[in-house]
Amino acid sequence: MSTAVSKPLMSDRARSERSLGWRLAGPAFIIMLLVTLYPIAYAIYLSLFNYRLTDPTGRRFVWFQNYITALGDPLWWQAFGVTVFITVVTLVFELILGMAIAMVMHKIVIPRRTLRTVVLIPYSIITVVSAFSWKYAAQFDTGFFNHWLHTLTFGAFDLNFNWFGGTWTSLTVICLSEIWKTTPFMSLLLLAGLAQVDSSLEEAAKVDGATWWQRFTRVILPNMKAAIMVAMLFRTLDAFRIFDNPYVMTGGANRTTTLSMLVSNETINRVEIGMGSALAVLLFVCVLIIAAIFVRGFKVDLTGGRK
Amino acid sequence: MTYRAFRRSAALAFAVVSVGSLILAGCASNTGSSNGATALTWFINPDVGNADASKGGQATLAKECSQASGGKYQINVQLLPNSASDQRTQLLRRLAAGDTGMDLMSVDPAFSTEFAAAGYFAPIPAGSESDFTQDRVQSSIDASTFKGKLVAVPFWANTQLLWYKKSVAQQAGLDMTKPVTWEQLIAAAQQTNKQIGVQAMLYEGYSVWINALITGAGGAIVKNPDATYSDIQMGLDSDAGRKAAAIISKIATSGVGGPAVGSSDETASLNLFQSPNGGFLVNWPYTYGAIADPKVKADVGAAIYPQTVAGTASRPPFGGIEIAVGSKSRHVDLSYQAASCITNEQHQAAYMAASGNPASRKAAYDDAAVLKAFPNGIAALIRTSLDAAAPRPLTPYWGDISTALQQRFSPPTSVTERTPAEAQKFIVDVLNGKALL
Repeated sequence: MSTAVSKPLMSDRARSERSLGWRLAGPAFIIMLLVTLYPIAYAIYLSLFNYRLTDPTGRRFVWFQNYITALGDPLWWQAFGVTVFITVVTLVFELILGMAIAMVMHKIVIPRRTLRTVVLIPYSIITVVSAFSWKYAAQFDTGFFNHWLHTLTFGAFDLNFNWFGGTWTSLTVICLSEIWKTTPFMSLLLLAGLAQVDSSLEEAAKVDGATWWQRFTRVILPNMKAAIMVAMLFRTLDAFRIFDNPYVMTGGANRTTTLSMLVSNETINRVEIGMGSALAVLLFVCVLIIAAIFVRGFKVDLTGGRK
Repeated sequence: MTYRAFRRSAALAFAVVSVGSLILAGCASNTGSSNGATALTWFINPDVGNADASKGGQATLAKECSQASGGKYQINVQLLPNSASDQRTQLLRRLAAGDTGMDLMSVDPAFSTEFAAAGYFAPIPAGSESDFTQDRVQSSIDASTFKGKLVAVPFWANTQLLWYKKSVAQQAGLDMTKPVTWEQLIAAAQQTNKQIGVQAMLYEGYSVWINALITGAGGAIVKNPDATYSDIQMGLDSDAGRKAAAIISKIATSGVGGPAVGSSDETASLNLFQSPNGGFLVNWPYTYGAIADPKVKADVGAAIYPQTVAGTASRPPFGGIEIAVGSKSRHVDLSYQAASCITNEQHQAAYMAASGNPASRKAAYDDAAVLKAFPNGIAALIRTSLDAAAPRPLTPYWGDISTALQQRFSPPTSVTERTPAEAQKFIVDVLNGKALL
């Protein structure tokens, strides 16, 4: 612990630099506390009540009853399962596709700018807009999905197949849309990691007779582990909060409700502020746990860049 | 002054002027239009004209009442979303936030109790109550009343009718001059191989149907609508509830509800009825105007809503729109004056004829334009149906109860005689914070 040792030995200059730092960053820090810590603390406070906005007189302090109810309710676990499913599936596909796209972008020199711009287009589209596009594309009356599949399978695929009629088919479209939209983000983060890999290492491996696969798994991947982990952490946290796609496409029908939708339904539609806050706190805890697993478990260093 | 300093002070002056004019503009919009009239905002549900004042919809009434006020107020309309649930969400968020611009609102009776119980509506001025209940059908007054007090102004009053194809009824040997039962309809549909259009998708319309079936059997989903959630007594787990479940199950599983009964809303069921497979339909009066094919239209007849139990008069669903005034509005008195103008006899009749939405005033049903829009005795039938109509339970928790009800009764093919008891337990748990919805 170098700071602990150096503290009593802090020079005047270091001390004045520290106080200058506090004076410069202090106001921003206080504002940050006000806009983030206060709502979080207020949500935790509200989550201890049975409180409906339209029924202020019925407000009752119930301790942790909302948490007990939520964690013992099949709906919470169903939403949790759906959210985890979407997170895992999209993360795996985005990582593989993103890596492939990143490597193409890394190698191709000629239309580099154009390529990078084109790849970014899906990411620049507003999620609600992309969700509606995918919804209409998959619907049997307005969409082209069924027509294409019908043609590609020589008529074996039913033209009237209802993608949003069941849980798994709905989740397929939701995941496809999510993957299409956020793979560019993944590939850009991975591209940054690829650029950090020392090309001389790769050349040395090449001279030693390593195959392409060996170079990829032994040289490139280990050297960009930090970038991959940061990309995965960002995407996991993002994917875990998924709301727009299922909200637009199914509205939560056929057991496709995600945790964020559950929170929004309790707070916005039912105005059950107490239960909604409890669910929001639980969602927050889930996100914290994921972040902790990544940061502690995989030793992701968010500040250090590589390694 | 150096050039740079000049530029900086010019930019500062520009910024001050533009911010200042923004603030002034913000204040100006509160005091109203150029002629000095007070601006009132009316949140309207979508109808025939939406925000277009030339089509005879609520926007037209807003314009006419603004003119009739002689410069006292100017009503501006704001369009709410399409579905009743989304309308509720938007109004609720504004009301809960204490929006002072909620002058006039078009509110679905299913949710007005919730808002009134929360104190979001300004009390009806003393002396105006007789004006707002004058000549109204009883169901519209009932639906606007909470704990014995009128909380909103009855505007238009909706009710569902049984629509049938005369050819199909004749083929099945059904006498449509007398009230028919759901059993008879199912038998007639099976016999003629035709289908019955109902609303059984996971949405408010499904609750409308369930409620009509239960009230038709003399039951009630909620026995004491005025109670708070901990004391509420449900009436689903009853003979009436089980009769309703049996009818839903039979229509869904026997195939007479059509192939997509679990995803049928008003539009889908109307389309089913218009198709060659359609025989019967329960739907709102807009149905008649919405049937495009003249050959189909000539074959269509209307009758009173089907009976759940043979011999017991049916209780048709009640719907419509009430005008409410927000309690945080800065112009409560003017808003109630405007509501009085909007719901006067002349405007209700004109609105009914133009939009197809039935009036809550009885006199409107003798209006020539209304009789032209609803010919063949349909106008009189709507009026009769409104007298018998039963609103959905007037409890502040109807939003939750309705959602829970739809969930437990969906898909309709899975409804059994145990469904009402299970739904009742679930609803009580949800209301007491013991289950998630």
